[in-house]
Amino acid sequence: MSRSQQLYEAMILDHNKKPRNFSVMDPHTHSSHGKNPLCGDDFYVYISCNDTEIEAISFIGQGCAISKSSGSMMTEMLKGLPIQEALELKESFLEMVSTDISPEKKKSLGKLKVFEGVKDFPARVKCAALVWRALEDALGAKSGETSTE
Amino acid sequence: MLNPNIRKQFPVLKHIENGHELVYLDNTATTHKPLRVIERMTKFYTHQNATVHRGVYGLSQSATDYCEEARKKVQTFIKAKHEEEIIFVKGTTEAINLVAESFGRFHLKKGQEILITEMEHHANIVPWQQLCIKHGCTLQVAPIKDNGELNLEAWKAGINKNTGLVAFTHVSNALGTTNPVQEMCDFAKAAGVAVLIDGAQAMSHIEVDVQALNCDFYAFSAHKMHGPTGIGVLYGKHELLKIMPPYQTGGDMIDVVTFEKTTFAVPPARFEPGTPAIAEIIGLGETIDFLTEIGLNNIFHHEHTLLNYANIKLKEIKGLRIIGEAKEKNAIVSFVLDDIHPHDAGTILDTEGIAVRVGHHCAQPLMKRLEVPATIRASFSMYNTLEEVDKLVAGIKKIQGIML
Ligand SMILES: Cc1ncc(COP(=O)(O)O)c(C=O)c1O
Repeated sequence: MSRSQQLYEAMILDHNKKPRNFSVMDPHTHSSHGKNPLCGDDFYVYISCNDTEIEAISFIGQGCAISKSSGSMMTEMLKGLPIQEALELKESFLEMVSTDISPEKKKSLGKLKVFEGVKDFPARVKCAALVWRALEDALGAKSGETSTE
Repeated sequence: MLNPNIRKQFPVLKHIENGHELVYLDNTATTHKPLRVIERMTKFYTHQNATVHRGVYGLSQSATDYCEEARKKVQTFIKAKHEEEIIFVKGTTEAINLVAESFGRFHLKKGQEILITEMEHHANIVPWQQLCIKHGCTLQVAPIKDNGELNLEAWKAGINKNTGLVAFTHVSNALGTTNPVQEMCDFAKAAGVAVLIDGAQAMSHIEVDVQALNCDFYAFSAHKMHGPTGIGVLYGKHELLKIMPPYQTGGDMIDVVTFEKTTFAVPPARFEPGTPAIAEIIGLGETIDFLTEIGLNNIFHHEHTLLNYANIKLKEIKGLRIIGEAKEKNAIVSFVLDDIHPHDAGTILDTEGIAVRVGHHCAQPLMKRLEVPATIRASFSMYNTLEEVDKLVAGIKKIQGIML
């Protein structure tokens, strides 16, 4: 398998072609706009949550295969998750796409492991990270705009 | 076509990228430097280093002479009337900022208009926009046509009695479009309007004759013409430079300084404050010798053979759309692929050792006008080959194989 085939894993390509939860969600309790002006990746993340749990999550926008599939798989993974766990997952994900991580952490990421190859493409880390940063921003004190450039 | 041995003069082309011999198709962003330019600069630092204009000792006098020789070379290269019309700056960006600050602020009147075009690089948009904000002028933008050519009629109609200055690019970095600069200069000068040309993408590809053009300002960067980074040129008509105030102040640009008052040196010194980029200036002089020996016509023909071949080959690829098909173009091809984002394409090409640019090419308003978030851009130079075009085509097929 060539390096680029390792990066563009079958599951990533599938989510790129058929992004899940790819819609505006109205009403929502939290939202954020994630944007990387240099490459043009541009996504909105919408969340509906009660005090402890993410009840529903969606995203919409445009960008490369890495950013879009990252958004798609993030929404799949986080629906129904306690907020605390979602934030921990975010931390592990951001760590995995930029450095080597422990096998336990990797295991906790489940199918998100397919993004492991991103760390070998430093220019693309910001693509994988964008929707997760938007999630962080949305769940944070103030929701608004974010960027990973 | 040029003799492929020319590649030997560019040592960086031997670089191995991801296990492949580098296929460098990002010449619009920056070009590679021939060994003789690198060696000339090394020789300066190794044997000749001294500052300029402090000439009581021999080394400094020689350094000054080398820089002034380089100025003459630039003068001859762009056919300027006087050597004082050649101002050394950091690059195109600084040249345009210099004109916006010095000419714009002091010679444009409040309420006047500055006319640019939709295909400008940010470097030829933002300085004018800032000037308009600070100075009460308005920025007008002439449209392009769908094929990437300037809408010349609309541009001409954009010039009126309020127009103080027109600024346009000679060649578009994002589309490759070559503008009819002579006709545009003739029209603007007949209307009595000052003209600045952004020549960043023209130098080393087409012959430039600033006197024939009759433009007031012409800006370019050495690093885009096989010369060093950090050095560029603002050509300005002497009659304008003479009356323009300094853009930055300090040493080397003064006549007499007391704590009460300073009188400024005459151009070009007035616009070259501080210690200049001496080695780079000398390197630029060497670059011009190199280009002159090869001959701009030969370079033009070589690059256009590549452009024509690339156009044919790329159009054979299903799902590929070329963005910018002006009749007059430099060897720059921008394109998009159906259902594949340019960044994914760029990453896969990189794994094949092919360097292209993906993104908005510092022309966000243009991308918006063309309704694409970004493009993939291949740009060719004197050292590129037909085989490299074939490698690009194979790379694109690989991208489609992986992504679709
Ligand atoms: C058309 C055009 N104008 C201006 C510039 C800015 O040149 P520099 O960054 O060397 O100042 C560029 C560089 O990309 C360009 O292509």
